[in-house]
Amino acid sequence: MSADLSYPAAPFSEAAEQLRTEVRAFLAEELAGVPPLVRAKSWNGFDAAFSRKLGARGWIGMTWPTQYGGHARSNAERYVVVEETLASGAPVAAHWIADRQSGPLLLRYGTEAQKQRYLPGMAAGETYTCIGMSEPDVGSDLAAVRTRAEPVEGGFRINGTKLWTTNAHNAQFMLLFCRTSGTPADRHKGTSQILVDLSLPGIDIRPITDLAGERHFNEVVFDDAFVPADALIGAEGNGWEQVMSELAYERSGPERFLSSMALLVEMTRLLGTTPGDAAEAAVGRLVAHLMTLRRMSRGVAAMLENKQDAGLHATIVKDLGALFEQEIPDIARQLIAVAPNAPATREFGKLLAYTVASVPAFSLRGGTREILRGIIARGLGLR
Amino acid sequence: MNDVLEILTETATRLFEQKAGDDAARAARRGELPESVWDAVAEIGLPFALMPEEAGGFGLAEADALRLIRIGGGFGSPVPLGETMLANAMLAAAGLPPADRIATFAELEDAHVVREGDGWRVSGRASGVPWARHAGTITLLGGGHIIAARVGDLAVTPGEAGNGLARDDLEIDARLPADQVAPRPARFDADAVEAAGALMRALEMAGALQTVLALTVQYAGERIQFGKPIAKLQAIQQQLAVVADQCAAANAAAELAADAWDGDTSLLGVAVAKARVGEAAGIAASIAHQVHGAIGFTEEHRLHLFTKALWSWRDEFGSETVWQRRLGKAALAAPGDGFWPFITAPTVLEQAA
Repeated sequence: MSADLSYPAAPFSEAAEQLRTEVRAFLAEELAGVPPLVRAKSWNGFDAAFSRKLGARGWIGMTWPTQYGGHARSNAERYVVVEETLASGAPVAAHWIADRQSGPLLLRYGTEAQKQRYLPGMAAGETYTCIGMSEPDVGSDLAAVRTRAEPVEGGFRINGTKLWTTNAHNAQFMLLFCRTSGTPADRHKGTSQILVDLSLPGIDIRPITDLAGERHFNEVVFDDAFVPADALIGAEGNGWEQVMSELAYERSGPERFLSSMALLVEMTRLLGTTPGDAAEAAVGRLVAHLMTLRRMSRGVAAMLENKQDAGLHATIVKDLGALFEQEIPDIARQLIAVAPNAPATREFGKLLAYTVASVPAFSLRGGTREILRGIIARGLGLR
Repeated sequence: MNDVLEILTETATRLFEQKAGDDAARAARRGELPESVWDAVAEIGLPFALMPEEAGGFGLAEADALRLIRIGGGFGSPVPLGETMLANAMLAAAGLPPADRIATFAELEDAHVVREGDGWRVSGRASGVPWARHAGTITLLGGGHIIAARVGDLAVTPGEAGNGLARDDLEIDARLPADQVAPRPARFDADAVEAAGALMRALEMAGALQTVLALTVQYAGERIQFGKPIAKLQAIQQQLAVVADQCAAANAAAELAADAWDGDTSLLGVAVAKARVGEAAGIAASIAHQVHGAIGFTEEHRLHLFTKALWSWRDEFGSETVWQRRLGKAALAAPGDGFWPFITAPTVLEQAA
């Protein structure tokens, strides 16, 4: 057993801390008067106008090269914008996936023409993407993917169904993970990634309402949808490797432990400055977890910046982060008695109910708890 | 990691591997001092690692030097390396010479430190002082002073921690020469002395957790049931992943505190570390025992050298609850809109570039 479980300290960045002040001032103005219940939906909050404003400020695609509409800023600066927007509950759903995943993927595997065509719009907060991975019979076992893009004259013909696709109804493009050759029995071989224009014929996007009454995910049915050959991202058959390379980015960011932030902030507001020993200890415990998680998450960002393999480290951040986000509502309801008929806690009660109903997803999305722990076990040499 | 730290880390790790076997850890848990381990540790100068270079240190940043304490923790802390390093740092801060051998430190209760002739009359007591019976110098802080007491200056009543490590009660009522007493350094107020102990234990726990993980992974790979190693069972794998999670968090929290130690947020850093590492210790020890089964519950097996240490150390110098409360009070000074700025404000918790 020689897994190195230490995280480097992210170097202090004066520029990033200056930017933090600027971002906070911007968010305070943009989000003035937005109630906590709306802020709680941050990650699922779709607001194209807000995304365009963020883009105009140069706060999307921050680390990308300037020739593609990026701003050649540091990862530390990007991290500040991401955590500040999430902690304040800003509606980031529109641009989120392009900024975090699709843009970096194009930078790494895309052709020059693809980069020039898509990245400037993403950085401007105008081009939105969704990720087509799960299918009706394919969740954790992604290699069993059945949606097929058949190479045909001039492009690919796509058939199949994607499920739980967040924001498919709002995005112009889907980063589709599918099979371009072989059969599901071939597992990782024969899979590819295709950037699909969702306005093309043969694509039907159907909403799925979640238990909280929110609509963010969809079922997307492809029925002989034709995409041109230049929609292929990277090499045909290299899809598995490409998808796996995204995961360290997907599993270590502040979105993996800040999902219940709106409730936590309101909880401290209601507790006030002297709620007594037990409540103070409960808050202190959460602070210790949050500060530690933040240090680990920033450490992963530093590792990625230095081109180190951070797969195991990122997976641990996500596993611990979900536990943290999920226990916040339980702790909140222990510390604050919510009575439906008491005006003082009525709004808090709604926020609590929303968060309680949201947390089951935190250890499902982006890799279930069990899959993550399997990856960690592999890192320990157990499998 | 810089070169000096890298060399020291390698040297110290090799030293503990060669000298500090289970026998040494067991001796320490009988209240004894494994002399050969201490001699080896002293020979390479580790007790002076936290001191400035001109005073005999290696010229390491404090944050780096503190990481050496974690290494000893990984071997069950058979000698008082952390105690001696920190006691020497306190003496150095007061301009007093370092201990020539083992040192420990404590806050002196009911302290009276008054001039008597050309020396000082010092009286007071301290309880549960780690390793005091083996210390040549006991650094006491109280009565506005720091006192480099010698063994003969005080009465030592042996006591022990939950795992048997020496934790002794002290009483002093002695006339000491002027060169053993100095004004208390501003940096080491009462909170800072407790914090020094808490930081030391957090680092040791992080080291011990790494060993607990290694032992448990190894055992799961060797133990055959149902015709295969239990490490192949998903139920076991999922549990070991939790231990790895806790190990990683403990490491990060302990390092956060080490990095913050010489700055304005040192107390905050220690609070995060002692609270988080102590919690990790409980979770990981419980799973380690579950995976080890009955053999891990025996005196003969070495697992308890680490798990019992974790259970003792998490309570010493303030339990999780004690530090959580401090942290919670600090965070709630500005509840609501002030909460997130509190989390992000201590940028000194980060390593300066």
